[in-house]
Amino acid sequence: MSESKHEWPLWEVFIRSRQGLGHKHAGSLHAADAQMAIQNARDVYTRRQEGVSIWVVPAEAITASSPDDKDVLFDPANDKVYRHPTFYKLPDEVNNM
Amino acid sequence: MSPVEMNLEARFDAYVAEEKKIEPKDWMPDAYRKTLIRQISQHAHSEIVGMLPEGNWISRAPSLKRKAILLAKVQDEAGHGLYLYSAAETLGVTRDQMLQDLHAGKAKYSSIFNYPTLTWADMGAVGWLVDGAAIMNQVPLCKCSYGPYARAMVRVCKEESFHQRQGFQVMLNLAQGTPEQKAMAQDALNRWWWPSLMMFGPSDADSPHSAQSMKWNIKRFSNDELRQRFVDMTVPQSELLGLTLPDPDLKWNEERGHYDFGAINWDEFYNVIKGNGPCNKERLGARVKAYEDGAWVRDAANAYATKEAARQKNANASTHAA
Repeated sequence: MSESKHEWPLWEVFIRSRQGLGHKHAGSLHAADAQMAIQNARDVYTRRQEGVSIWVVPAEAITASSPDDKDVLFDPANDKVYRHPTFYKLPDEVNNM
Repeated sequence: MSPVEMNLEARFDAYVAEEKKIEPKDWMPDAYRKTLIRQISQHAHSEIVGMLPEGNWISRAPSLKRKAILLAKVQDEAGHGLYLYSAAETLGVTRDQMLQDLHAGKAKYSSIFNYPTLTWADMGAVGWLVDGAAIMNQVPLCKCSYGPYARAMVRVCKEESFHQRQGFQVMLNLAQGTPEQKAMAQDALNRWWWPSLMMFGPSDADSPHSAQSMKWNIKRFSNDELRQRFVDMTVPQSELLGLTLPDPDLKWNEERGHYDFGAINWDEFYNVIKGNGPCNKERLGARVKAYEDGAWVRDAANAYATKEAARQKNANASTHAA
């Protein structure tokens, strides 16, 4: 009797599209282990030279912030406009500062 | 509904109305989640079952070039199925569950794939018409309100464009070939035209999920609207090929600014959906067989992974001990 009741674990795939850019989330896939996850990621996500480097991460290893915490986490940045260069009105002479 | 839920629902509605995307961990109404799981898994199944009619011709392609193209196309369909299964999984359904539903005949897939591919010209007609209709359906889905589905569709649409173009080229080569080749192209067109029009689904009045899906920004245009667009786009292409669309009622309507076309045989459509199409049993049988034949591979890979992990753990333990 087959024991394949357990599906292969889920992996999140991150692809660096070219040197100089960071890895970006491309999607996910199932694989039995990390090596197979890399091979599957190559076939599923880089059939048209979309990448030069692949990261695979077990999906269960990712800790994500909760949408419910969005306000708590990100709102405090809302009233700190002085963090942006456009907040400062300077004389025209220093236009390109 | 509790006040908290009402609040969440109001926020969800506002998000959708503002054309913002809903992401996996965001609150969403149960019915929205269910609708998406149904639609995305059906879509994934269609990509996977859709490999079969074309797979039929990989070993019979007329040249090495055509064989390589067909292989690449069928591999793309597999990839599209995988993007979509992943997108569905973000909604909480497992891959195994989706496959079980397909194999048990509980989940649907596009009824177009229950038609046989009888000649090489069918590879042209399928690419040109079936992929053409699929693109027409899929482009609006790139703007669907559910983020993972929309992102998957962007990838799919980018890749589908070659599928349709290669199909048209196959038709063009045949249409410009010998009289026998041209007849073969015409025959394929005759068989694929009406099923392709059915791909857009029942008329708006008979489409049970349409109105709600429109409200949720899952669906952006009605079935009839997309079907009309497809007809308008395809007529000049068929003229370019010098082939005739098998519809005596097809004619330009100056007033509407669209082509009028004949009545679709919806009895046939529902009959194929119910499982009585020419190839329903064969298609599902092939999927189940592939899954069962692959069981030992999945098991072996699992066993190997477990063993390797244990070996790694032991190796680490002895390094630390040393």
